[in-house]
Amino acid sequence: MEKTINLTLKVWRQNGPKEKGRFETYQVSNISTDSSFLEMMDILNEQLVGENKEPIAFDHDCREGICGMCSLYINGRPHGPDEDITTCQLHMRKFKDGETVTIEPWRAAAFPIIKDLIVDRTAFDKIIAAGGYVSVNTGGVPDANAIPIARPAAEEAMDAAACIGCGACVAACKNSSAMLFVSAKVSQLALLPQGKVEAKRRAKAMVSKMDELGFGGCTNTGACEVECPKSISIAHISRLNREYLKSRLSE
Amino acid sequence: MSVFNSKIPEGPLAQKWTNYKDHQKLVNPSNKRKLDVIIVGTGLAGASAAASLGEMGFNVKNFTIQDSPRRAHSIAAQGGINAAKNYPNDGDSVYRLFYDTIKGGDYRAREANVYRLAEVSNSIIDQCVAQGVPFAREYGGLLDNRSFGGAQVSRTFYARGQTGQQLLLGAYQALMRQVNAGSVKMYTRNELVEIVLVEGKARGIITRDLVTGKLERHFGHAVVLATGGYGNTFFLSTNAMGSNGSAAVKAFHKGAMFANPCMAQIHPTCIPVHGEFQSKLTLMSESLRNDGRIWVPAKKEDAEAIRAGKLKPTQIAEEDRDYYLERRYPAFGNLVPRDVASRAAKERCDAGYGVGTGLAVYLDFKSAIDRLGKDVIEARYGNLFQMYEKIVDDNPYETPMMIYPAIHYTMGGIWVDYELQTNIPGLFAAGEANFSDHGANRLGASALMQGLADGYFVLPYTIQNYLADDIRTPRMTTEEKEFVEAEKAVKDRFEKLLSIQGQRSVDSIHKELGLVMWDFVGMGRNAEGLKKAVKRIAEIKKEFWTNVRIPGNKEGMNVELEKASRLADFIEIGALMARDALDREESCGGHFREEYQTGEGEALRQDDKFAYVSCWEYKGEDAEPALHKEELVYEFVEMLQRNYK
Repeated sequence: MEKTINLTLKVWRQNGPKEKGRFETYQVSNISTDSSFLEMMDILNEQLVGENKEPIAFDHDCREGICGMCSLYINGRPHGPDEDITTCQLHMRKFKDGETVTIEPWRAAAFPIIKDLIVDRTAFDKIIAAGGYVSVNTGGVPDANAIPIARPAAEEAMDAAACIGCGACVAACKNSSAMLFVSAKVSQLALLPQGKVEAKRRAKAMVSKMDELGFGGCTNTGACEVECPKSISIAHISRLNREYLKSRLSE
Repeated sequence: MSVFNSKIPEGPLAQKWTNYKDHQKLVNPSNKRKLDVIIVGTGLAGASAAASLGEMGFNVKNFTIQDSPRRAHSIAAQGGINAAKNYPNDGDSVYRLFYDTIKGGDYRAREANVYRLAEVSNSIIDQCVAQGVPFAREYGGLLDNRSFGGAQVSRTFYARGQTGQQLLLGAYQALMRQVNAGSVKMYTRNELVEIVLVEGKARGIITRDLVTGKLERHFGHAVVLATGGYGNTFFLSTNAMGSNGSAAVKAFHKGAMFANPCMAQIHPTCIPVHGEFQSKLTLMSESLRNDGRIWVPAKKEDAEAIRAGKLKPTQIAEEDRDYYLERRYPAFGNLVPRDVASRAAKERCDAGYGVGTGLAVYLDFKSAIDRLGKDVIEARYGNLFQMYEKIVDDNPYETPMMIYPAIHYTMGGIWVDYELQTNIPGLFAAGEANFSDHGANRLGASALMQGLADGYFVLPYTIQNYLADDIRTPRMTTEEKEFVEAEKAVKDRFEKLLSIQGQRSVDSIHKELGLVMWDFVGMGRNAEGLKKAVKRIAEIKKEFWTNVRIPGNKEGMNVELEKASRLADFIEIGALMARDALDREESCGGHFREEYQTGEGEALRQDDKFAYVSCWEYKGEDAEPALHKEELVYEFVEMLQRNYK
């Protein structure tokens, strides 16, 4: 049932990539526990506009947990204190009246801050561009049912393909490693006959791009899996390691 | 007579596209390199077009307002994509998909366009599978299908409840492959703010870098708008927060016709509105209607008790439930098209049978769970059930979901001919941004089909027919006066917005517009209400231009400025929608004029007067737009009263 709460917010503000950032404290009151976390942020921003202050910049778009745009680090956890969801699906019923909530951007060398809570995640696009695809052109492909795919393989590929590219795995990792993100794509495509053809090449190209862009190495802490809003399993990292090893051995 | 040539090719329906391709002009590989194509938008239509044209050798520049092409709102499509594969052997064919789409659109789309869409649908599935899109499969390893509204066959391919995501990622990956190859240059966090015409042809765009605030000029031999729909005119919709109609308005201002603006789709299965702070509405996929049954209490006193919290839905006996879709439409039942299902929900709620706040009906899975088991339902819809539970804090495996209609998709858009070219030479529109294929109502799982059809299989052909005449046109420098003037106009507009310094936030004005739209230009429209809407929108426009407050300045990132610029355009679209709805004195598909209905409350078309596409031409800031008509000539299908009973 609906009730309302009051909160103290400590929000990271930073004017630009090279500026020095700082925490600022704000009060919000009468927030319905049925509202989403980002709706609470909207209310705060309306408040700030009313005071002729610049609203807090944060990334968001679909607000239904699929575009991967929202990206807040809330009370020390990527996407906040709920399981298997993104920030936009987090609801205020997860917070207590009078609580202080700390809101920060993703922090990783490969994700520089653009403004306030917005970071630059184009590094992920660069990794995909390095090899995260099946090299087919439009047209001239076989009939969709020409190659049967065992259902378990198709299902596991879909589990991996559910990644939304939000970057929570990198933000959660003490090494800022992008292994969960990279492995999800490598694994999805390696599991399907269409993608298997160039699996080795793909693994090598994506891993070397990841290293080049300043992401850290994987030390198997498993933090990424815990914070992933789409429950991507670290088993995919093992598959990536196998594919990568195969590609190195065949050199 | 139509004032525009829709360029429908000669010949029998099934031969038209083949005839077109056999005789169109092509561009040879060495010339492709010399031709620049600007594509705005990276959703299904934009990304697939950019990837395909890049592969062919054109020099492509692709723009998106998001931080990555993968964020485009196509990603949120849940249920599936239609194709006429007939894998289930249940009687499907290209003709039947064409016919269902024409009928679903209430006979307000072009026959030839829709036939082509059905014709290329199968190639889309082949293409996506080749890209590694993990569609659902049977144990034998072949592809699975499910049913969607408005069809009696199972022709919908799906990837759990994330079909849009998987198709978009397929197109995105193909696009990134071209970025890597150097044939596509990607511009992220970049917004189109003006279209540049040189000697009457589209030759480029002005963009605003959303990070630095800088205006930039870009030249292209052709410009493709794949910028999605304008559903956010209503403030609350299932669209993403950033989805907007600004590119369409820029095209409109430059002389492109805006077609059928009043045709907007209200989706029947969305999570109901629950508070005034709400920022958007969340869709629950139409696929749920495969297994969910829609009902309200049959007795008013039960509905009242439920609203007062004294009764639970599970306490209502089977005989006291009104499965109103099954009752009214026995042939299609819960799988009637979206416009029909939405109006039926509104009818029950208006009559006092609604649950929740009074503006909600139940979508119940109990009989499906009893029949198939919870595991099967979880495998089919698990992510949707989880999404519902996170938002509403209620477990849909145990209590029925509450749903209500919400604005979801716009069938209207930029007018295009058969080649997807607007009436401005060199300016093309694809996907939801154009008006072409869905008539007055779009069937479920057809948006993904149309976006990818346009991008993979239509534009790569038709744009060549235009560019073939441009091979001798050298790249222009953006120092030409047309570019300089366009940039200056944009700069002036932003400065004007920032200079207002009034009292109201952008969102507060947008919410006001949204309420007017929902009340008067929503599910039920009438002449009196629409006239009121036109007047109210004019007042809102004045309020906006005199009293909006935008903090910050034009340098650097300024989210409020972005929103204000888009809202100015939404206000214009809202006015156009109301005007168009007022003109169209008939009910068809999603456009329901209360004055025109059958005795049973079904939409009543007036084919003798309104079998046309309304094309609106911009006549200047304070002048009324002019209406032109493209007559819809049906040569192959008879226009009938839609019957889903």
